[in-house]
Amino acid sequence: MTVRETRGANRGHPGSSKKKTRVAPRGRQVQAGCREELDRLLGSEPSRRDMLIEYLHVIQDHYGYLSVAHMAALAERMKLAQAEVYEVATFYAHFTIVKEDQSPPPAITLRVCDSPSCEMAGATSLATQLETSFAGQVRVVRAPCMGRCDTAPVVAVNQRHIDHANVQRVTHAVEQRQLTPKIPTYVGFESYREQGGYQLLGQCLAGERSPGEIIQALKHASLRGLGGAGFPTGTKWEVVRSYPGPRYVAVNADEGEPGTFKDRFHLERDPHRMLEGALLASWVVQADTLYIYLRDEYPAIRKILLAEIEALREAGLSSHVKVELRRGAGAYICGEESAMLESIEGKRALPRHRPPYVAERGLFDCPTLVNNVETLHWVRDIVERGPEWFAGHGRNGAKGLRSYSVSGRVNSPGVKLAPAGITARQLLDEYCEGMLPGHRFRAYLPGGASGGILPESKADLPLDFGSLAAEDCFVGSHAVVIVSDQDDLRGIALNLMRFFEHESCGQCTPCRVGTEKAVALMQEKQWNRQLLEELAVVMADASICGLGQAAPNPLLCTLRYFPEEFES
Amino acid sequence: MSQGPIRFYLDGAHVEAGEGESIWDVARRVGTSIPHLCHSGRSGYRSDGNCRACMVEIEGERVLAASCVRQPTPDMKVHTQTDRASDARKLVFELLMADQPEREQAHDPESEFWQWSDKIGLAASRFTSRPVVPPDQSHVAMGVFLDSCIHCNLCVRACREVQVNDVIGMAGRGHGSKIVFDFDDPMGDSTCVACGECVQACPTGALVEKSLVDEQGRAWARELKNVDSICPYCGVGCQVTYQVADDHIVAVQGRDGPANKERLCVKGRFGLDYLRHPHRLTRPLIRREDAPKDAAGYVDPSNPLSHFREASWEEALHRAASGLAGIRDEHGGRALAGFGSAKGSNEEAFLFQKLVRTGFGSNNVDHCTRLCHASSVAALLEGIGSGAVTAPFTAVAEADVIIVIGANPTENHPVAATFFKQAVKAGAKLIVMDPRGTALKRHATHVLQFTPGSDVAMLNAIINVIISENLWDGDYVARHTEGFENLRQRVREFTPEAMAPICGIEAERLREVARCYAGAGAGIIFWGMGISQHSHGTDNARCLIALASITGHIGRPGTGLHPLRGQNNVQGASDAGLIPMFFPDYQAVDGDDPRARFEDAWGTSLDPQRGLTVVEIMGAIHAGEIRGMYIMGENPAMSDPDVQHARRALATLEHLVVQDLFMTETAFHADVVLPASAWPEKEGTVTNTNRQVQLGRAALDPPGEAKQDWWIIQELARGLGLDWNYTHPRDVFAEMGSLMPSLAHISWERLEKEGFVTYPCPAEDQPGTDIVFGDGFPREGGRALLVPAVPTSPAEVPDAEYPLVLTTGRQLEHWHTGTMTRRTAVLDELEPEAVASLSARQLQVLGAEPGGRIRVTTRRGEIELTARCDNSVPDGAVFIAFCYAEAAVNKLTNPVLDPYGKIPEFKYCACKVDVLAES
Repeated sequence: MTVRETRGANRGHPGSSKKKTRVAPRGRQVQAGCREELDRLLGSEPSRRDMLIEYLHVIQDHYGYLSVAHMAALAERMKLAQAEVYEVATFYAHFTIVKEDQSPPPAITLRVCDSPSCEMAGATSLATQLETSFAGQVRVVRAPCMGRCDTAPVVAVNQRHIDHANVQRVTHAVEQRQLTPKIPTYVGFESYREQGGYQLLGQCLAGERSPGEIIQALKHASLRGLGGAGFPTGTKWEVVRSYPGPRYVAVNADEGEPGTFKDRFHLERDPHRMLEGALLASWVVQADTLYIYLRDEYPAIRKILLAEIEALREAGLSSHVKVELRRGAGAYICGEESAMLESIEGKRALPRHRPPYVAERGLFDCPTLVNNVETLHWVRDIVERGPEWFAGHGRNGAKGLRSYSVSGRVNSPGVKLAPAGITARQLLDEYCEGMLPGHRFRAYLPGGASGGILPESKADLPLDFGSLAAEDCFVGSHAVVIVSDQDDLRGIALNLMRFFEHESCGQCTPCRVGTEKAVALMQEKQWNRQLLEELAVVMADASICGLGQAAPNPLLCTLRYFPEEFES
Repeated sequence: MSQGPIRFYLDGAHVEAGEGESIWDVARRVGTSIPHLCHSGRSGYRSDGNCRACMVEIEGERVLAASCVRQPTPDMKVHTQTDRASDARKLVFELLMADQPEREQAHDPESEFWQWSDKIGLAASRFTSRPVVPPDQSHVAMGVFLDSCIHCNLCVRACREVQVNDVIGMAGRGHGSKIVFDFDDPMGDSTCVACGECVQACPTGALVEKSLVDEQGRAWARELKNVDSICPYCGVGCQVTYQVADDHIVAVQGRDGPANKERLCVKGRFGLDYLRHPHRLTRPLIRREDAPKDAAGYVDPSNPLSHFREASWEEALHRAASGLAGIRDEHGGRALAGFGSAKGSNEEAFLFQKLVRTGFGSNNVDHCTRLCHASSVAALLEGIGSGAVTAPFTAVAEADVIIVIGANPTENHPVAATFFKQAVKAGAKLIVMDPRGTALKRHATHVLQFTPGSDVAMLNAIINVIISENLWDGDYVARHTEGFENLRQRVREFTPEAMAPICGIEAERLREVARCYAGAGAGIIFWGMGISQHSHGTDNARCLIALASITGHIGRPGTGLHPLRGQNNVQGASDAGLIPMFFPDYQAVDGDDPRARFEDAWGTSLDPQRGLTVVEIMGAIHAGEIRGMYIMGENPAMSDPDVQHARRALATLEHLVVQDLFMTETAFHADVVLPASAWPEKEGTVTNTNRQVQLGRAALDPPGEAKQDWWIIQELARGLGLDWNYTHPRDVFAEMGSLMPSLAHISWERLEKEGFVTYPCPAEDQPGTDIVFGDGFPREGGRALLVPAVPTSPAEVPDAEYPLVLTTGRQLEHWHTGTMTRRTAVLDELEPEAVASLSARQLQVLGAEPGGRIRVTTRRGEIELTARCDNSVPDGAVFIAFCYAEAAVNKLTNPVLDPYGKIPEFKYCACKVDVLAES
């Protein structure tokens, strides 16, 4: 309906536009030199679609950021749409994209941990102090839980984590350019083997044991998925094994549930227990490839695993399966198993709809066994020491050993190897030397950010899968955060909702919009209880994955168990 | 894993789900309405289950399920109407509504979002809204208003999975996630090709046609009238719905046609305002006495009265007919010629050729098929006895290996290209062979960017491998072909090693490609002008026919030979007899039987001698043999090779009648100009590249005194003494049906009911046949003829004086000679001026800047235009589209003809480039 001016003058053609023509094809063109730079960085091997995130890491590790020029060259090299590269790069918090008109970030980024434990330990004021003290020289950002809650507050200086951080310690690291991870002392390949490690795997590979035998042991031990869902491990192995191949194993080392640091604890001390468990799993399900998906917040473990996987390869202990270590890039949602598989495929980590379950259709649409680090950690001991040994632990009717990550207002935080079914009060008293001086036990988070918040009056409930269902809470990854009378409970609930808002993948409405609206409502002085409850029901009922379904738990618990918070 | 229907319970009632049906599908089928936003239900769109507007309750499950992605299982008990489910759905809408603009401000207040909100009784949200996102108005045709975005991902699926244009992404995460173009670039600066699929898919008006909103992005309040018809542009033949308001087509939506499945391209969706361009001819014009014809003359289309005067229809028709009749009577019918149009209807094409044959008395009738696929048709008629495709392009869905050679479908057949790209996504292998790097290259398994003009050498090497490595289908060859031994002997010398230096492709790559195609379960070949527009175009096509025949890749699902036809009705116009050698349905004019049949039907004697072709006619004018012409809807003054030669010919004519929408470059030389109707102003049938005969309906009336073309042809026929009494195109179609076996069982009434029918069609109540020749070919003996070809060079190769290769073609935004598209606001804005594409290296060698002015010269002429840096063009070559009147590249092209198809070598001549100083 546009009526255009048509010039009467002799233009020699019928057009009326006054525009100049484009001087190149549509859109952003690959700049001269960028192809060659990527050739040097990424080598001449044909590109693999599933390696997109790894390639982005290589580029960012080299240049400190991702320029759109390099991303355009990468898209061309991988025969991907530019948008495909961009949406993946922008999904993960650890990638920094620099457009033509933007300046690169400072060489050093300080990530101040935002978890409830760090928050309770003063992370917010620390972040403000760091911003003032480094004004402009470094980048200061808030980041979700780094899995070091027992040493809160924590700051990451690039890849160096500062425990019990303060301005002085951080400044020291910055000035000394301590930017790479400190490798802890751990049981290496040789020592592990000297202590009897890999004999079990050797027996299996030699045909001296049968897959059925291993599965039976796991079943008898009542080993359950210790990432949080608690699915019986032996059954899972059996189910995956029953589907036609090719099959895959994927180790979920994306421990991101705020308050949880048990997988880091095990991997930094005794990584081969997980590796042996994973290689056994791969043997049992006859996997084509074993993927280990490690969160980017654990750079020390990455170095450890790279070295130890190589040692295994050289020793010929992994010849039955290809082993690939994959690096996350800052996204809590990758802890959700189907989201993790998407990420391994080099995509945005959007959880998948179930059914089909990943055991049947997982990685690259093939049957996939996904196990958590700690789950695999116990496999060798269970088989070697017998399932009774493992099942013999436990209190209050629960079976097995658990690695509880305890943090918050306790005297002795840390990973506590304790019987399944122990109560929060027992953990506090028997394992953590009680409350910090001057703090009174008021409440606790039984399962990280997702498991809800319970009052001290409910501290005698057993902490095991399903045992908190009556309270609409769950133990999940067994991350127990102890809250005292000096803490702001509504503040903690808001902190957790902000965490979910930040970490929501954005795929479905109840979670993407719901977390955002919930944060807005929870920031109000007066909470709109009815609307929040209606919202919570729909988030729990209609979200695609566990993140959105569990996100309202802390909110609902606060409303239910802490009415005093709402008395004016 | 087909296990028959699944019985389950929907709201207590026993229902059955077919294979692949979701709960939502079944609910819709049985009449239960479940809201949906991210699920479009349209063909080609995967369900995504992200919006959660369609949640239902399933007994025994902890949480609700999205019905659009959930497959029922036996005895599952699904409840759609429980409070739990409907409350959840309503709150989802309430969450989304919080962030929508007020309905009064909405970009589309009747969007699916608002319609569903009405249905579930939600008018306002209790939640607070997010900060307003600024609009992106950078694109000329579409507005991006992300304040209405609900992140349903439909536009991403539209762009990436349906059209596979791969521009749109969902960037970021969580509530910060955002629809982006490329790297979050403004839409207008991105790689967007403006197909508008995203706009059509958007359920909220976040992506919207600019023509439907004001500058603030608010929807105009006006009623739109919907008219179902066909797109006027290319041979794909997309079914469209024209949306009309105030005598303008303001928007176009894709319909679920057999060739487009609701998809469109930028031309079909945004290129319809030429209909009401001020240049439209609305009254007949007669040349002024004081305006002598001049081959170099220019008539300003906005002011044709400098050279013409307006006349009544009566006077103009009399003048037009009497001029033609006078020449006929004095010099005989062969002194006249007519160019019909592949842009009109089948009925118009039929009437036009009938007029020439019975009114002029000769077979001097041709049309632009001569300039596009004449060589393909020659080779196909010779080899398999039929000039049409053996399979529709949608057969790619069943192909394992797809060859696209000498075609650039993403630019020239964009909707067909979407099917190719989808097939590749679904696992098919794509072999792209083209001297230019086309956009399909990114999707290709093998890319052969061969030396321009070396098609026969390359294809012979591939045939050589297939025969020497015993990859050919002996059984098929024995049963369905003849001439194999001859072919085997003749290609023996053309080994990959011998051909590699000629075609520029390594021998091993040629072998790989040969093995890939020959080893396919189903292989299909598509080609375009890159094959046909050569002095050896027929030979090129012969090689392709041989390739398909010796491998048995014809006549089965997923196999075939498919020359991608250019114009919307070039297939139909050819079928209707707009060709000098053939009556309708390719019945030879020099065959006694067919001629007798037509003489009988038309009650007159017919010229037994073949007529002249397009380029031959121009020669005959210069030779004084042709003195008068009638040209309808063709623009040879832009489209002929060596166009100055053609323009001189046109200016020489004693009498030229031009019937068109605009004062075209051809009409500059006319004695009488008759204002015609555009396709969306017509009722009639057109036949697309897939042999699908489709019915078009008029959305608008012709403006002013412009008339229906069939009426004009009939009036001229009467003026030439013919007694014609057609009252409607359906009368013409009925006559065609009686003379053309190809149209058997395809009646006008059936087309009105079904919208399209593919020919050949076995019965009135059966669909047409998509894949033909499974059981032999319409040749004597029923076998395909294998015709070997010998590599020859192009007629004019580069030398010291003219060191570069000039190749011509089309581009996405402009149609052919630009008569229509340069008069549409969107397309003109997207490609506003003449441009020559060269590689970065070539520009550097020449010392030219991208965006700078250059002069391109050949032995026939020179043009000046802007240089564009485009690395898809090989070094040593220049590509120019022929749509730009201010720099008509056909001033430069070589008029040398293919000896069989009489098609000119548009794809290759020698040129030189000079850099011009900036003015």
